[in-house]
Amino acid sequence: MREIEALHARYAHALDDDRLEEWPNFFTERGIYRIATAENEARSLPLPVVYCEGRAMLRDRVQSLRHANIYEPQRYRHIVSSVLVEKVDEERVKSIANFLVVRIMENGETMLFATGRYVDRILLKEMLYEERVVICDSRRFDTLLAIPL
Amino acid sequence: MLDRSSSIRSWPAEGATRVPYWVYQDEDVYAEEQRRIFHGPTWSYLCLEAEIAEPQSFVTTFVGEMPVVVTRDAAGRLHAFENRCAHRGALICMQARGKAERFSCIYHNWTYDHAGNLLTVAFRKGIAGKGGMAPDAKPETQAPKQFRVEGIHGLVFGTLSPSAPSLQDYIGPEILPRLKRVLVKPLKVLGGYTQVLPNNWKLYMDNVKDTYHASLLHVFFTRFRINRLTQEGGVFVSKDGAHHCTYTKMVEDKGDAYEKDGMRSASSQAFKLESSEMLEQVDELGDGVSIQILSLFPGFVLHQIRNSLAARQVVPKGVARTELHWTLFGFADDDEAMTRRRLLQANLVGPAGYISMEDGAATGFVQRGVAASPERASVIEMGGDQVGSGDSRITETAVRGLWKAWRSHMAL
Repeated sequence: MREIEALHARYAHALDDDRLEEWPNFFTERGIYRIATAENEARSLPLPVVYCEGRAMLRDRVQSLRHANIYEPQRYRHIVSSVLVEKVDEERVKSIANFLVVRIMENGETMLFATGRYVDRILLKEMLYEERVVICDSRRFDTLLAIPL
Repeated sequence: MLDRSSSIRSWPAEGATRVPYWVYQDEDVYAEEQRRIFHGPTWSYLCLEAEIAEPQSFVTTFVGEMPVVVTRDAAGRLHAFENRCAHRGALICMQARGKAERFSCIYHNWTYDHAGNLLTVAFRKGIAGKGGMAPDAKPETQAPKQFRVEGIHGLVFGTLSPSAPSLQDYIGPEILPRLKRVLVKPLKVLGGYTQVLPNNWKLYMDNVKDTYHASLLHVFFTRFRINRLTQEGGVFVSKDGAHHCTYTKMVEDKGDAYEKDGMRSASSQAFKLESSEMLEQVDELGDGVSIQILSLFPGFVLHQIRNSLAARQVVPKGVARTELHWTLFGFADDDEAMTRRRLLQANLVGPAGYISMEDGAATGFVQRGVAASPERASVIEMGGDQVGSGDSRITETAVRGLWKAWRSHMAL
């Protein structure tokens, strides 16, 4: 339990500290990262907001954010809480955690950018995400979503 | 009322090549747009037919600021009506979607059919001879407004205007074939989301119609040689300027025009996707077009970006705020591989899209940049001063078309 919470915390700090290059390394080589909305999930609609399969695709996201996409300087502050952990088998657990992401623009403008749940499958020995599904409570995104949640 | 004698609201003498910034800022202009454009002789996108496929199903949406219920009745006919009770003006329907035999306003339980006709008024005759309305009361005079509704290739549009032409005539012969080109089969909804833009709705529309910006702002396009202006493509503009369509062919561009000009979007040798599966396109429409962006006045966009297909609905929420409602879809007969391809390519679009995330930022930058200069104007001279179709995308012809149509509706 404590190790799982620490994994979520390290993940959140890496994003909030703009260490995006470390982000793919929180996943297994073929790990899946998907941002979805609660509405689409409830309607059993498969549309992702972001979908990456494997570290290569995660690295592509980071490369593109660093070198291609244009967006105003901004930071996130993740608050992760209410972590539940459930054993799946000898090698992995399922974790559900609440998140709240505050977005801070360069001029100081601060807003509640996203809330939701992380639904994760975690490999225990490696302590890596085999799958991380970010289910946003709202279908609404302000301006753009560049930095991963 | 608009004060057209005010110097700040007179159109610049240059005409079609200038757009004054007050058009994005003025509260009176915004209110006039609701009346003259969104409630006027234009057709607004309402939803996909696939979203109300079953009898007695409905979705709620907006036409301009007006809340609207779109329905399919028990006999399968499409309807749309203002989501406002005849009685006290409350929303009749508060869910995003669902099925209903009839609609009851929760406030006092007045009920409506699928066309928005007032069916019953609770306790209209009172109880035991006491209370109720007078026999000659006419609450129907305040009934919700009803739209003329037409479906076209799986899209549903509505207009409040009895004088609007048919939807096909409204879209016109230049753009209609480009719409049909994409919507060749029954559609299947993959999902949706909303992008909130910090700018006037028209800034999004002129961004969409601006064929010149795509490969300059959206660096992802150019870095990966997805879309360069050196590739074969073109633009179609309807005669009245209101609607446009631009397309790019699939051929990989080998030129170095961007590198020679030292542009920010030029390719650096070091930058390559590790995982390019996301970009693999199947030429499902059989004409070798990799990107087609089509817009219908006032606020509808249809995109085909490789195998990603979507409807974007532009919903104004005040002078400086716009919601973009994205609905991504495929075809009902897509196999598993095609669905997977469309979902991978969903990475290209939407608020987190590799090639669309910047639009929200750029249009917001204009809204902020022009804050103190309503009397100044943007310069729209790429490709001259005409509005029309052509084979170059280094042009702002479709942007001029938008303003030609807008000015005609607004009598400005």
